[in-house]
Amino acid sequence: MSSLTGAFRRTRRGAILQRMPRGISLWAGMLMLLAVIVGALAAGHYSDDPLAMVAAPFQWPGQDAAFPLGTDMMGRDLAAGLLAGARVSLVIGLEAGIAAAVFGLIVGAVSGYFGGWIDDVLMRLAEVFQIMPSLLFTIVVVIVLQPSINSIVAGIAVTSWPQVARLVRAEALRLRHAEFVQASIVIGMRPWRIVLSHIVPNTLSPAVVMTSILAGNAILTEAVLTFLGLGDPNVVSWGSMIGAGRDALRSAWYMTAIPGAAIFFTVLALNLLGNGLNDLLNPRERENG
Amino acid sequence: MTASRYLLRRIAQIVPAAVVIVVINFFLLRLAPGDMADVMAGQSGSASPEFLAQLRQQFGTDQPLAVQFAHYASRLAHLDLGYSFRYSQPVLHLIMQRVLASAALMLSSLALALTIGCALGTVAALSKKRGIDMLLSTVSMLGFATPLFWVGLMLIVVFSVKLGWLPSGGMHTLGIEQSGLSAFTDVIRHMLLPVLCLTLYYVAIYARLTRSSVLEVNRLDFVRTARAKGASRSAIVFRHILPNALLSIVTMTALQFGALFSGSIAIETVFAWPGLGLLALDAVTTRDLNLLLGILFVSSLFVLIVNLLTDLLYARLDPRIEVQS
Repeated sequence: MSSLTGAFRRTRRGAILQRMPRGISLWAGMLMLLAVIVGALAAGHYSDDPLAMVAAPFQWPGQDAAFPLGTDMMGRDLAAGLLAGARVSLVIGLEAGIAAAVFGLIVGAVSGYFGGWIDDVLMRLAEVFQIMPSLLFTIVVVIVLQPSINSIVAGIAVTSWPQVARLVRAEALRLRHAEFVQASIVIGMRPWRIVLSHIVPNTLSPAVVMTSILAGNAILTEAVLTFLGLGDPNVVSWGSMIGAGRDALRSAWYMTAIPGAAIFFTVLALNLLGNGLNDLLNPRERENG
Repeated sequence: MTASRYLLRRIAQIVPAAVVIVVINFFLLRLAPGDMADVMAGQSGSASPEFLAQLRQQFGTDQPLAVQFAHYASRLAHLDLGYSFRYSQPVLHLIMQRVLASAALMLSSLALALTIGCALGTVAALSKKRGIDMLLSTVSMLGFATPLFWVGLMLIVVFSVKLGWLPSGGMHTLGIEQSGLSAFTDVIRHMLLPVLCLTLYYVAIYARLTRSSVLEVNRLDFVRTARAKGASRSAIVFRHILPNALLSIVTMTALQFGALFSGSIAIETVFAWPGLGLLALDAVTTRDLNLLLGILFVSSLFVLIVNLLTDLLYARLDPRIEVQS
């Protein structure tokens, strides 16, 4: 008995050691994301109003110890904006990622399991959203619903669910012929219960991986929208900071560089996390990368 | 199935998609708060209710939605995209004026990125050294995480502001009359930064795609057979692996055309490049619905047609496709 568990432990440890280079991806992603979350939580403590003009304008980072990242052309503290922006980015990334993943999961599972005309209609619909230029359609949704965090989330989710739906549908098609699903049909389980209790749980892991990638993409899209001036003007976000800093690009490029670096850091964290989760949840796909 | 029946079937699939796109966009945009009459009246300073009503009557936006849609659909069937009251020009005319500038930007970046990306991806997939593979994965991961428009702004800081080598935006140098070769090189100089920016991003996509596609083909029986019969390494790569791996890359490129256009909206804004993306954004801010609908319709139709052409090409290159359908 003891030799058996010993052997088990050895192989387990062997497997984990083998995965180490990829495991780094998961840990690095989690640590980086944690740093962003801490920043977002600290936003309220650091400054009451990131839009307040608190100091002399055009101060470079490090010029005044009270404002470590400098001030913009209106004398607003860039560090306060950066922390407030972290909160906005995380909320939008998380909400849009989850909304797209949940909707895509349901559509994909239904489409793959039922097949036939249901599959045809749903997949053609998914195609329509993939054919339209996604950013332009997101912009249309945002102006129709009025610019706000919620409308940006809706606009991004509407254009990104088809990716999840396609992925989940392929899995569901395969699962439909699995023995345990066939067995459920034989014992007279209702189709909806089969979808919810067998298909959805078994397609969950690719959807989870996708959520983290989609959250990263959502943060990038939000940054583009607010950079273009299509966000809520009363909310500070990294994209709007870049948009404001752009006017002073020639003399004070740090105003643009700093929020951009924050976007890069956060999206990289989410992508690393997605990669790491993929290795953890779908070990079969490892060699395909 | 014969080739002509396959073609008809694919065209028949395009029509409903195009109709759904038109319907969704038309009704969605009519829900948008504020119309062009508001914007125009606001810009002219003050406006009486009578003036607003007159503008709306002129634009046709005072009629019931169903009537407006019927008008729009019947005009669209004659390939008339409507009239932009903002620019006082037909929408199609406006789009045609800008389409070349966008196409020049997108196609040159795409050609560069496909060449570099396929080369990098193939090397990474087939290299015995794991270091090269790791390096490529790292670089493409960094590429995916970078906001494209921000890279554009940083390129302007380095190459226009600090080094002064390249112009920071626009398509022509203003205030100088140029012709022939000098005008051409002037446009090329203006193109370099936006093309560099878009290429960096696309390379990240295609290098990764090529890598997984080559790895997939590399495992197949016919590659093993080619190795077993002693074919040279270059023959295996160029005659056996790449032609098969490229098939899926071509499909992905066609599918992603809409996404590529999305990327160019931000880049055209950053570099003030007078293309379709900038026109679309202008249509959004001025609530020029006819123009916006026209751009959405034309770009979607373009993606549909590109996909149709790739499918046909694909069916020619890979005979198995027709048997399956």
